[in-house]
Amino acid sequence: MKKGYFGDFGGQFVPELLMPPLLELEEAMNTIMTTREFQREFADLLRDCVGRPSALTHCPNLSKDTGVDLWLKREDLNHTGAHKINNTLGQALLTKRMGKKVLLTETGAGMNGVATATAAAMMDLECVVYMGAVDVERQALNVRRMELLGARVIPVESGTKTLKDAINAALRFWIAEQGNTHYCFGTAAGPHPFPLLVREFQAIVGREARQQFQDKTGKLPDVVCACVGGGSNAIGAFHAFVPDESVRLVGVEAGGTGEPGCYNSAPLNLGSEGVLHGMKSMLLQTEEGQILPSHSVSAGLDYPGVGPEHSALHASGRAEYDVINDTEALNAFQVLSRREGIIPALESSHAVAWVLENKDKLQGKSVLVNLSGRGDKDMDIVERVLG
Amino acid sequence: MTSPMKEKIQAAKAQGKTAVIPYLPAGYPTREQFWKELEMLDAAGAAIIEIGMPFSDPVADGPVVEAACLQVLEDGINLKWIFDGLKERKGQLDAGLLLMGYLNPILQYGVDKFAEDCEAAGVSGLIIADMPIDEADFVIKAMKPRGVEFIPLVGLNTSKERMALYAREAEGFVYVVSVLGTTGQRDSLPTEVKAKLAEVREVFDIPAALGFGLKTPSQLEPFGDLVDAAVIGSSLISHIKNGGTSESYMKAWT
Repeated sequence: MKKGYFGDFGGQFVPELLMPPLLELEEAMNTIMTTREFQREFADLLRDCVGRPSALTHCPNLSKDTGVDLWLKREDLNHTGAHKINNTLGQALLTKRMGKKVLLTETGAGMNGVATATAAAMMDLECVVYMGAVDVERQALNVRRMELLGARVIPVESGTKTLKDAINAALRFWIAEQGNTHYCFGTAAGPHPFPLLVREFQAIVGREARQQFQDKTGKLPDVVCACVGGGSNAIGAFHAFVPDESVRLVGVEAGGTGEPGCYNSAPLNLGSEGVLHGMKSMLLQTEEGQILPSHSVSAGLDYPGVGPEHSALHASGRAEYDVINDTEALNAFQVLSRREGIIPALESSHAVAWVLENKDKLQGKSVLVNLSGRGDKDMDIVERVLG
Repeated sequence: MTSPMKEKIQAAKAQGKTAVIPYLPAGYPTREQFWKELEMLDAAGAAIIEIGMPFSDPVADGPVVEAACLQVLEDGINLKWIFDGLKERKGQLDAGLLLMGYLNPILQYGVDKFAEDCEAAGVSGLIIADMPIDEADFVIKAMKPRGVEFIPLVGLNTSKERMALYAREAEGFVYVVSVLGTTGQRDSLPTEVKAKLAEVREVFDIPAALGFGLKTPSQLEPFGDLVDAAVIGSSLISHIKNGGTSESYMKAWT
C-alpha cells in the first residue's frame, strides 16, 4: 500500500510548502513518540491529569427498557469533558519535545479548541485557535473558556464561516508559521500523518474498553458503536476491535434535519470520493467537486468530510456506517439523561440514538457505546431546539 | 518535444525582458468582462496567462484570490465554462495558456477528460496547488500525452532533494513561491529568496518564475538573471476590483 494510505484513502494532498512540516512530524513520530520516556510521560499525564482509565459503565435501566445490554465507555468523564484531550495532550507533548513553541488548532463546537488550549497551558505553549465566525457566535461559552486558558481565538470570516473554513485558515497559518508552530489537528483526518497520529493517541479508548469489558463480562461486546464526524472518537474506539471479527463496528453519522434537500453531515452514507484538507476521502460535494456546507444540530459532527480510515473501513465492509437525524439524537440526549443520570454530548447522543432506534434488531446483544463527551455544553442548543 | 511554456518565456527573455504571467480567476470580474481582460492581457504582452479554476476551499490562496474564486463560483463558473470559452477563442491569443487550481474539481471532472479538453482548448500547462510530487503520478501520466505540462511549485522551505524529485517530471517552467505563505501582495520579499532562486537554477534546467507576494516590478531587481518570469495575481485582481483594467495594470509590468 502507498505510504500514508488506508486502502484507496488518505494521502498528502497539500501545497508543497506544507510537505516539510509533515515530513518533520512523521520523523518525530518515529523518533520521539516511540521512546520509552515519551510513552511513560504521556501515560503519567493521562492518569494524573486526564483521569484515565475512563470508566466503563453498565446501563441497567436502559438495558431493561430496550432489551439491549448497553455499556458506555465514559470519555465524558475525562478532564475537559470529552475524548479530545487524549489527542491534544499527546500532540502538545510531542510539540514540546520537537522544540516548537506554538500549538495551532481549529475548532467547530469548541471542544477541540478547549482541549488544545488546556494541553497548551499544561505544556507552557502558546495556543492559536481558528474558529468559524458562525461557531464563535453560537459557542460563545467555549470561546470564553479558551481565552481563559490563554488561547488566542481567531474568528474565520471566509467561506461557510464554520469548521471547514477554520481548517483552511489553520492550514494557511501553518504554512507561514511552520518553523515554531505545530498544527494539532483535532480529528483523525487531514493529510498523512495526522490520521495515524490522532488514531495513535485515541486508540487508548478502545484498548481500555476492550479490557474492561472482558474483565466485567468475560467476553467481547457484540457491537461497538460510536458517532462519526471527522471520526477520532470512533477510530479510537474501533481500533483495538478491528481484528476481532465477531465484533460489529458501527459508526453513526449525523443526518441533520433529515428532510430531503437539507444539508447533513454524512459523507460516508451520502457523499462521494474526493480530496479535501489534504486527504482523499468521502466528502459532501457537488458533481463539480465543490465542497458542500454540512449541517447537524451537533456542531462537533458538522463537517463535510471524514477521516480516511473510516472511508477505508466503510469500503472494505469491516465497519458499517448508519445515519441518525437531529430529532433522534435529541431524543437520546433526554432518554440517557433521565434513565441513567448521564447527560451526553449531542455528538455522542447520535450513537446512543442508533441503539435506541435499532433495539429490535439488537435484542439480547451487548452493545458498547463510546460516550465521547458530556452534554453540559449543549444545554443552550437543546433548550432552543426543544423549546 | 518542444515546450510551449518554455518558448514563451524564452521569447520574452530574447527581447531582454522578464516574462510576465498574469493570473486571473476564470469568470472574473464578470463572465463577459473576463474574456475582454484576457484579450487585454494578451495584447499587453503577457507571455503566459494563468487562468484560475475556482475551488471552494483554496488553502494556498490568500484573501484576495479566495474572495475572487468564491465570487465566480457563486456565478456558476465551472470547468466546462472555461473549456467552452477557450475552445471558441482557440488560436486567437498569442500568450501561452496555463490552468491553475486544486485537485478535487479535476478529479470529479475526470482526469482523462480534463487532459483531453486541455488539449482541445489549447491549454499547455497545469498547476495544481494541493498536489505535491508525491501524489502527482496519475495526473502527470494523463497530461503528458496531451501536451499539458506539469508546472511544479517550490517554496523557500523546499530542499534540493525535494526539488530534484520535481525536476524529474517538471516541464515548461518552475514556479518559485517567494514567501512562506499564501498568495497575496507583500511590500517586501524575504531575504532568502535570492539564495533559493540560485538553488533552483542548479537543480532545474527549465526557466524559473517567481510568484506569490509580488506587487511591483522593482521587487524583481535584486534577483537579476535568476528570475525569468514573474507571476502576478492578487495585485491584478485588486487593480480590477478597484475599477482598473488589465490594460492599465500591465503598463507597469511590460
